[in-house]
Amino acid sequence: MTNTVYPARKIITMNPARPCASHVAVRDGRIVGAGTLDELAGWGAYTLDDRFADKILMPGLVEGHSHTMEGTLWAYVYCGFFDRMDPEGTVWPGLKSIDEVVGRLRAAADRLEDPAAPLAGWALDAIYYGDRRVNRHDLDRASTERAIGVLNASGHILNVNSKALELAGLLKPGIDHPGIPLGEDGLPTGEMKGPDAMAPLGPHTGFDRDLLACDEPGLRRFARLCVRTGVTTAADLANTLPDDAVDMMLRVTAEPDYPARIVSLRRFYGVTPEELIDRVLALGERSQDNLRLGIIKVVADGSIQGFSARLRWPGYFNGAPEGLWYIPPEHLLEIYERAMASGVQVHTHTNGDEATELALDCVEAALRKHPGPDHRFTLQHCQLADAAQFRRMEKLGVGVNLFPNHHFYWGDQHYGITVGPERAERMNACATALAAGVPLAIHSDAPVTPLGPLFTAWCAVNRRTATGRTLGEHERIGVADALRTITLGAAYTFKLDGEIGSIETGKRADFAVLEDDPETVGSEALKDVRVWGTVQGGRIFPAADI
Amino acid sequence: MTAGGTQSGPLPVTVVGGYLGAGKTTLVNSLLRQAGGRRLAIMVNEFGALPIDSSLVEAADDRIVSLTGGCVCCSYGEDMVSSLAMLATLDPRPDHVLLEASGVALPGAIAGTVGLLGDFALDGTVVLADAETVQRRAGDRYVGSTVRQQLAQADLILLNKCDLAADPGGVEAWLGEAAPGARIVRAEQADVPIDAVLGTRTDPGTVRADGRFRDHTAGYVAAELDPPAGADPEALARLLADPAHRLLRAKGFVRRPDGSMAALQVVGNRWTVSEAPAGARPGLVCIGLRGQADIAKIRRSAARL
Ligand SMILES: [Zn+2]
Repeated sequence: MTNTVYPARKIITMNPARPCASHVAVRDGRIVGAGTLDELAGWGAYTLDDRFADKILMPGLVEGHSHTMEGTLWAYVYCGFFDRMDPEGTVWPGLKSIDEVVGRLRAAADRLEDPAAPLAGWALDAIYYGDRRVNRHDLDRASTERAIGVLNASGHILNVNSKALELAGLLKPGIDHPGIPLGEDGLPTGEMKGPDAMAPLGPHTGFDRDLLACDEPGLRRFARLCVRTGVTTAADLANTLPDDAVDMMLRVTAEPDYPARIVSLRRFYGVTPEELIDRVLALGERSQDNLRLGIIKVVADGSIQGFSARLRWPGYFNGAPEGLWYIPPEHLLEIYERAMASGVQVHTHTNGDEATELALDCVEAALRKHPGPDHRFTLQHCQLADAAQFRRMEKLGVGVNLFPNHHFYWGDQHYGITVGPERAERMNACATALAAGVPLAIHSDAPVTPLGPLFTAWCAVNRRTATGRTLGEHERIGVADALRTITLGAAYTFKLDGEIGSIETGKRADFAVLEDDPETVGSEALKDVRVWGTVQGGRIFPAADI
Repeated sequence: MTAGGTQSGPLPVTVVGGYLGAGKTTLVNSLLRQAGGRRLAIMVNEFGALPIDSSLVEAADDRIVSLTGGCVCCSYGEDMVSSLAMLATLDPRPDHVLLEASGVALPGAIAGTVGLLGDFALDGTVVLADAETVQRRAGDRYVGSTVRQQLAQADLILLNKCDLAADPGGVEAWLGEAAPGARIVRAEQADVPIDAVLGTRTDPGTVRADGRFRDHTAGYVAAELDPPAGADPEALARLLADPAHRLLRAKGFVRRPDGSMAALQVVGNRWTVSEAPAGARPGLVCIGLRGQADIAKIRRSAARL
């Protein structure tokens, strides 16, 4: 039995007993140990592999809240304002004007052979084009022949062209719907706001329900993005996991060169709470190394920028109504009680602080009925939680996965429109969570924002908005805390912290292989740390060849 | 012949809303039992177990459950638009779609989407309220505003479980303020005439000489109205929808001054006038609560149009 020993420029271990090492020994996809070559030689015969001699190794990064749909969306035209890397490593320049959006769509439309095929784009960030809204006449310049639909970055608006409206029978006067603004001609402007207004356009613009289910090419593309961002384990946080999807995911992730471990949560949908528990327990039985199943996801409310998150008094800064519930409290409580009784873990999407309060009430009630030791229920997003709620989480054993990427992408809007200055500065209160002793992870919610834990760490450390405002100086966390959060912190939320998240004897040989040292580049440069690739389960995946 | 008397034209959709436990499922089952030849399509969103009495189920395939009397049921989940489209392609086509909203959904949002779909016409929004608990729910710190919005978006409120409430009259008075745009119907076990919920039939003999429905309970009053020839259908619809007349529903066909025929439909305060299908004969059926709707007064006002 021969070990492979990798010397590296530096190995950041997350093991406080020896935070740094020069060598790591690997066998059968697991870590034999990290230390000096002399120490590791004590394990017996080894071959020295010095390919990482000038690299930095750290534990494979763990993305605690993403969706494999990010891989699926790259089949469509990227229309975002910010530069974004696709799964093949091409960086698509951000589109800085509506003309540039139209130009990219037109080029894509010209490449399509079927003249009737719809054209779908995604990640449009219309708020960056000033007061001027994107309308159907803009998209008509890309094509009047085929239907075009472009999903906004927030996921709450679909911009369509005239052809799409015509196919949906909506290019007509007299439409009276809060989500469908009309132009001076009395016809829809092509901006479909909210799921109710978007739904009739979906089938005509290529955004059918298949898009939301992860497909096989999408699952493969998603894993390539993981390699490029140093991620070795990533959540697929809200899958309905029908049998055929599970079969496909088990097959694909078991392939010898599939480079990531996917943790796919079963979203509460289409079954009773009782059936949900049974299904999730059965799914857990089917887990394999690179596909972990058996956790529940519940969505309690909507989103802040969509004004559908449930906010406590005094509500939205601009006076919008108080948001929407996506589950009756009675069902949430029943799921929690049954899950606690069965030892099943539940992750709950709560964006607004009222949704967070409800979830904590329900956890407390469920715990009184069924004390669930080490339940690790986790609140996802939980963006507006205040200090009292974090103290409550700590008492109840509830963890949190916050969303600092929001500061960069929508922080200015949160400050000025959605929640106002004071709450914008406490949003995603990473420092308060750590001080309260709440288990913390941070996430991208890809495809909502780009996959990339080092960027997410930069957001948590700097809390910088797109226009350069620092949003809540007191909630910034240090680089060391941020790096621990994107490894062990996220692993903890899936009960995987004994298996991954640090470079220690016995753990999986999962490494992020970096060109730069995130501990010394300085907090400003954290997002610019170059990723060479990953080692996952002992297998080596250079980004250049993926 | 069924409501509207036509197989063509947009398919009418009634949105059924109300908080968890208010009796939506009981209502759906009651309507199915009364269907009597109408082909109802039930769309449910509430999770899991099929909310239809097993005695009504004939066969289940992947997406569609066949029920007695040519009715069907399917669950729509997050894909209401394509599920509706699928129903419209069924052969024979359903006569009426009942779209059951989830317990925390806002029926107004669903109704708004239905209104955008070409093959469908929103018939009305019916919201159930549990007489025993609705006031407490409407004050709940978490769901209170949702419950109040649900009520305010109704055309008809079925104040259900009146047999269990200490003071149903008090609840009804409170509802009158919480949902000023809705007509309120008291019920026990969601037992209401299908004609009040889904619209009246317009075939002869629907209304008996004593002002009751052919197959219905006391408590309701119905009348066939001879629409004044040449009356403006929109003016007539507005009159029938006037809250002062307290009609629950009205439906039928009216000849316009130019000789063409208009279909007229009233649900509480909501009214629509559209093109009548070929072969429609003039005639209107109104339904209201006995002791509330004043048919004689309506006849007098209509005659003055
Ligand atoms: Zn998400």
